[in-house]
Amino acid sequence: MATKASRTAARIMMAPAVILLLGWMLVPLVMTLWFSFRNYLPLRGGDLGFAGFDNYVRFVTSSSFWPAVSATLFIVVGVLIITVTLGVLLALLLDQPMWGQGIVRILVIAPFFVMPTVSGLVWKNMFLDSVNGLFAQVFKFFGAAPIEFLSQMPFFTIILIVSWQWLPFATLILLTAIQSLDSEQLEAAEMDGAPPLKRFWFIIVPHLSRAITVVILIQTIFLLSVFAEIYVTTAGAFGSKTLTYLIFQRVLESQNVGLGSAGGVYAIILANIVAIFLMRIVGKNLDA
Amino acid sequence: MARSVTPRRKAMFTIFAWAIGLIIFFPILWTILTSFKTEADAIAYPPKFLFFNWTLENYVVVQERSNYMHYLWNSVVIAGGSTILGIIVAVPAAWSMAFVPSARTKDILMWMLSTKMLPAVGVLYPMYLIFIKLGWLDTKIGLVVVLMLINLPIIIWMLYTYFKEIPGEILEAARMDGASLKEEILYVLTPMAIPGIASTILLNVILAWNESFWTLNLTAANAGPLTAFIASYSSPEGLFYAKLSAASTMAIAPILIMGWFSQKQLVRGLTFGAVK
Repeated sequence: MATKASRTAARIMMAPAVILLLGWMLVPLVMTLWFSFRNYLPLRGGDLGFAGFDNYVRFVTSSSFWPAVSATLFIVVGVLIITVTLGVLLALLLDQPMWGQGIVRILVIAPFFVMPTVSGLVWKNMFLDSVNGLFAQVFKFFGAAPIEFLSQMPFFTIILIVSWQWLPFATLILLTAIQSLDSEQLEAAEMDGAPPLKRFWFIIVPHLSRAITVVILIQTIFLLSVFAEIYVTTAGAFGSKTLTYLIFQRVLESQNVGLGSAGGVYAIILANIVAIFLMRIVGKNLDA
Repeated sequence: MARSVTPRRKAMFTIFAWAIGLIIFFPILWTILTSFKTEADAIAYPPKFLFFNWTLENYVVVQERSNYMHYLWNSVVIAGGSTILGIIVAVPAAWSMAFVPSARTKDILMWMLSTKMLPAVGVLYPMYLIFIKLGWLDTKIGLVVVLMLINLPIIIWMLYTYFKEIPGEILEAARMDGASLKEEILYVLTPMAIPGIASTILLNVILAWNESFWTLNLTAANAGPLTAFIASYSSPEGLFYAKLSAASTMAIAPILIMGWFSQKQLVRGLTFGAVK
């Protein structure tokens, strides 16, 4: 049992972390809340007084709000569908007996370690460029007209790049989960004559459901704030402006801090809705 | 019990898995290969895969023209500094939560996790303002602090799950034998905790190295790390494929190697112990 002295020591040891995180959470958050109710234009007169809920109303009624919401949803949902579906299949494949399994795993995981600005630029220039990109060259080989991916298919481009980055994450987590599956259960089902598809659907999928949920929630939190991939590719042009990018432009590019801060508050609320579900799952695991 | 595997089945899976692995890895491979080409070979049609004039010229040019070493050093300082600082703050906190848990430990852990969910863009301007006030804009110290704060929850969680696995009986035995708190930490706990701490450091260096929101928004030429260095190749330099490839290869190589060592920790660190 912990003694009284060790309890005091424990408190002291936790203090720096708690104080730092408390400050990190509260100070900028309170400032954002404060600015969101001000009419604050640093380059055009500074703080022009209390604005009530004007910023909140203007942010959602501006013509770029709904396109940004749909762009965000499009990218998040698109990447989730691709990474989870392919991730399950890939994890199942990697779990099979094969030669050089370790190396294949390394090949599959590698994209996760590539920094977002690199993957954005490499894909944009070396693969998707309409003149010299590798895709254009393949099209040329088949006699097809090259595509201006960035302007003609901005969502496809961004979803492709981001999925490439996050597929390794989904695969790795799902693979970890598959490997914890009791193989005797599968063997029993096989002996009872259950066909592969049924074994997949009734044994593997239920076993993976928790890992899939975790993948979806964690990725959603990260995908909601995808930034660098857009920054170096379309820079928000061609309708690819997400909520995160819209707020970034309001705050730093057009320096309308009040408006941007109201947008920031919306983004925080949105992220917290997702976070609550994630925290529940993690919390349950903590009890076990 | 292992299931019987026919060689044919195994060969089939091998070919299939290798093909898919190579497709996924191809963009990285292509980037590395292109970095050794001349600009003319880099855009040649049909594309040249292996048979071209291998050259190191691009690496020399990238270093000379845009001072790669300066950005590399910034990346090392920022990723390393923020991780070390984070570990110093997190080890005592994780230790006390794992070994002297109280009724509120779980709530504190969950609250710490929740700070990680705060979307960066939501607090972009306040941070910008704080940085201006403190004179931290485009300085390494500013980024070290911010990256330490955003990764602190992950560091604490990872350490906590590792420390939890150290059996409490060992500590009790040490206490019974009259070990003081200091001796307990120094001689019993530390040796057992080192692998966990090492994994945590590894994953966090990777996360900090690749962080590309704060590093792009709060730095310029002075303190910009490699993420910002590459972003400056956006245009028109991005059209010089060989140079772009050389710069990209140099930016990702160190972390790619570290990443391969940290596959297992990745799952634990990024799922907060929800998947093991």
